[in-house]
Amino acid sequence: MDRVSVAPTEIERTEPAAEGFAVTEPDVPWVTIVHNDPVNLMSYVTYVFQTYFGYSKDKAHKLMLDVHHKGRAIVSSGTREEMERDVQAMHGFGLWATLSQDRT
Amino acid sequence: MSGHFEALPGGGAAVPLDEVEISILRSLAVQLLELIGPGEEPPVGEDPLAGLFREGPSEPPSDPALARLFPDAYADDDEKLRAASAEFRRFTENDLRDRKRDDALAVVRTLDALGAAGEGGAVLKLTAEDSRRWLGALNDLRLTIGTRLEIAGDDESDTLYRLPDSDPRKPMVMAYLWLGALQETLVETLM
Repeated sequence: MDRVSVAPTEIERTEPAAEGFAVTEPDVPWVTIVHNDPVNLMSYVTYVFQTYFGYSKDKAHKLMLDVHHKGRAIVSSGTREEMERDVQAMHGFGLWATLSQDRT
Repeated sequence: MSGHFEALPGGGAAVPLDEVEISILRSLAVQLLELIGPGEEPPVGEDPLAGLFREGPSEPPSDPALARLFPDAYADDDEKLRAASAEFRRFTENDLRDRKRDDALAVVRTLDALGAAGEGGAVLKLTAEDSRRWLGALNDLRLTIGTRLEIAGDDESDTLYRLPDSDPRKPMVMAYLWLGALQETLVETLM
């Protein structure tokens, strides 16, 4: 899915002050964050991490527990485009996910 | 309502359902389809391929259940990120709706395929592909009902378990818990 690219909007922008969507430094990697919610089953969340990301059962289980206990967990990192793809996939599975630039 | 999914040899899953269960599941799937809404038909005379490039909405849905099914991609509350969320939504929400619609349709289709055999109950057998669609639809249904019931915390379900029969939320809670059990056993067949 390449259509999530933000390039067209940057081109259409006429406001010279708006620096497109360069939110912060471009070199800082982006991350996909999955947030805890009271509905999704723990087994289902683990299943999604295993099937979509190809994580081992142990890693998927640990990430699920992080989401459950800490309220959120970083499940992947990479370019902004890659993270938009991951977030879209998580939404497809019904998980509550967002992307942001990793400032840690 | 005690049936649960079991893995089939060679892939797929099966669950025994009685008439009432079939009817409830079908009705819930149809309600989900109505909530998600119809896919966009290309206007008469328009190149059908043009639909591929049609943009989706930029605002989150106002219905809380729909907002949960189609959340914002950027959580941070500042103007640029809100604009990024709107942009993301324009290019992804239609695809997401298509997927969720397809999942719910698979539920209706497989239940209808039970046909006359469904009289008095039947064993629903799903292929591996339909199992994944059912899993998605069951999850979307639980997200929708969970939002309607305003399930907020993890221990909320305990309270919900103990509702008196007179509580108007009782039937929805029963359906919610039952769908949870179905989904839980279906996930197990796929792990």
